Amino acid sequence: MSLSVASARHTQALLGSIGRLSRNMFATTLTLLVIGLALALPMALRLFVVNAQTATGDFADAVDMSVYFKTDVPLAKAQQLAADARQRAEVAEVTVIPADKALEEFRTYSGFGTALEALKDNPLPHVLHVRPKAESTSPAALETLHRYFTAWPEVDIVQVDSEWVMRFNAILEVLRRLLVIVAVLLGAGVLAVIGNTIRLEILNRRAEIEVTKLVGGSNSFVRRPFLYTGVLYGLGGAVLAWLIVEAAVAVLSQPVANLAQLYGSTFVLQGPSDADIGLLLAAGTVLGWLGAWISAARHLHSIEPRA
Amino acid sequence: MISFDRVSKRYPNGREALSNVTFNINTGEMVFLTGRSGAGKSTVLKHIALLERPSRGTVLVNGKNTSTLKARHIPAFRRGIGVVFQDHKLLADRPVYDNVALPLIVAATPLKEVDKRVRAALDQVGLLGKERMLPYELSVGEQQRVGIARAVISKPPLLIADEPTGNLDPDLALEVMRLFRRFQDVGVTVIVATHDLHIVREFGQREIVLDNGQVQGGAADSLPSVMATR
Repeated sequence: MSLSVASARHTQALLGSIGRLSRNMFATTLTLLVIGLALALPMALRLFVVNAQTATGDFADAVDMSVYFKTDVPLAKAQQLAADARQRAEVAEVTVIPADKALEEFRTYSGFGTALEALKDNPLPHVLHVRPKAESTSPAALETLHRYFTAWPEVDIVQVDSEWVMRFNAILEVLRRLLVIVAVLLGAGVLAVIGNTIRLEILNRRAEIEVTKLVGGSNSFVRRPFLYTGVLYGLGGAVLAWLIVEAAVAVLSQPVANLAQLYGSTFVLQGPSDADIGLLLAAGTVLGWLGAWISAARHLHSIEPRA
Repeated sequence: MISFDRVSKRYPNGREALSNVTFNINTGEMVFLTGRSGAGKSTVLKHIALLERPSRGTVLVNGKNTSTLKARHIPAFRRGIGVVFQDHKLLADRPVYDNVALPLIVAATPLKEVDKRVRAALDQVGLLGKERMLPYELSVGEQQRVGIARAVISKPPLLIADEPTGNLDPDLALEVMRLFRRFQDVGVTVIVATHDLHIVREFGQREIVLDNGQVQGGAADSLPSVMATR
């Protein structure tokens, strides 16, 4: 079979499949809708996780560590130790907050201004604000850093403000796992829907398949239009899922922007990226092809011509 | 071309459709397969078209043993045989053109060539101009001829027909048989199963008589392959 003849055959099978699908518009639409919704759900969940991470991104990574010196440690010593800490690979930034400045701020913002006037000495110690690098915020890395600071004799206490961040990241991790589970289950659902649709189609066209085999049509020739039908279902469903997700993003973006503004954020709801869309379309195509192939392998062999 | 050697066919329900059938058909012969309904005519044809395989014995078609032919070679094997059915087995939702073109389409013939040959085949059976009609819009005789056009379009060396005249009136039946003989004239081996003894006598070709799954009279091999009676 020459290449041009082969491609003409494929074009013919493809056009035949499109023709049959469009002749049964109602049934085709229902099937596409089921596949589209099944594919839209994991994509929506993925967008939720991505957006939640972006929205909180500024502080999700901001694991702070406050190092409180003993009150008798002089500022010069604190600054020297801060310079040491800056040499460490896992440290992004160290800010020295001198006791005087801390008291000043406390006086301004706390409302205890007059009460503080009564104090003879500044009761506050010098403090270091340490921000680890983003890649060093794992519990183990934080623990190492914690031990580094507590080992200094000048240090009173080291406080890690990371518990809620870790909880939040754990929630995101649970959602990510959930996303995988949902995607696998709904992918299997799509496979079943397409497989069953193709099975019905094969049974409907039994007579045609018998005659085709009778005049010497090979299994691959008989299978081809069904594979195209499966791919069209999968790809069509994926496109529909894409539209559903984009529509949902469009509907949600304004209220989300308002909400973000109330929190003083400029966060904008993100739609699916090009990579997301590519993955969605590829998943639809592969599931469609696979569902049709399984169904065809299962049912076509049992149809043999009888005279 | 075709050789049955002590062929028996027993179905799972225990019925023996063929018992110890032996005959040879040479290339270019036209042979009538006769006998009462249920004598085994259709079963013989099914064995030739590889719709059945023998329980015992050997069927050779064009040098190929149907019992040992691998599944992936069956499509190519069937492309070498044109089959005509009593109920013609046309696809009801496809126009005449598509029905006739099917054997060429499955053999991946270039579309230009398909077009030429469909017209030639329809011309041969006198149906030129009816390409776009659906089978049910045609008369029974015309439907049968569409089936014949489909059977011969890929120019198979072997043509088999199962009661091709069963639904036709005598004039149409004769016409269809003349058509078959024209194919034989150009070298095609033709096997026609029929219970229409009138036609068999009219054409005077070699006859293989089946009764109760057995070849009658032992005449199967005794006649010369070239028809003296023609």
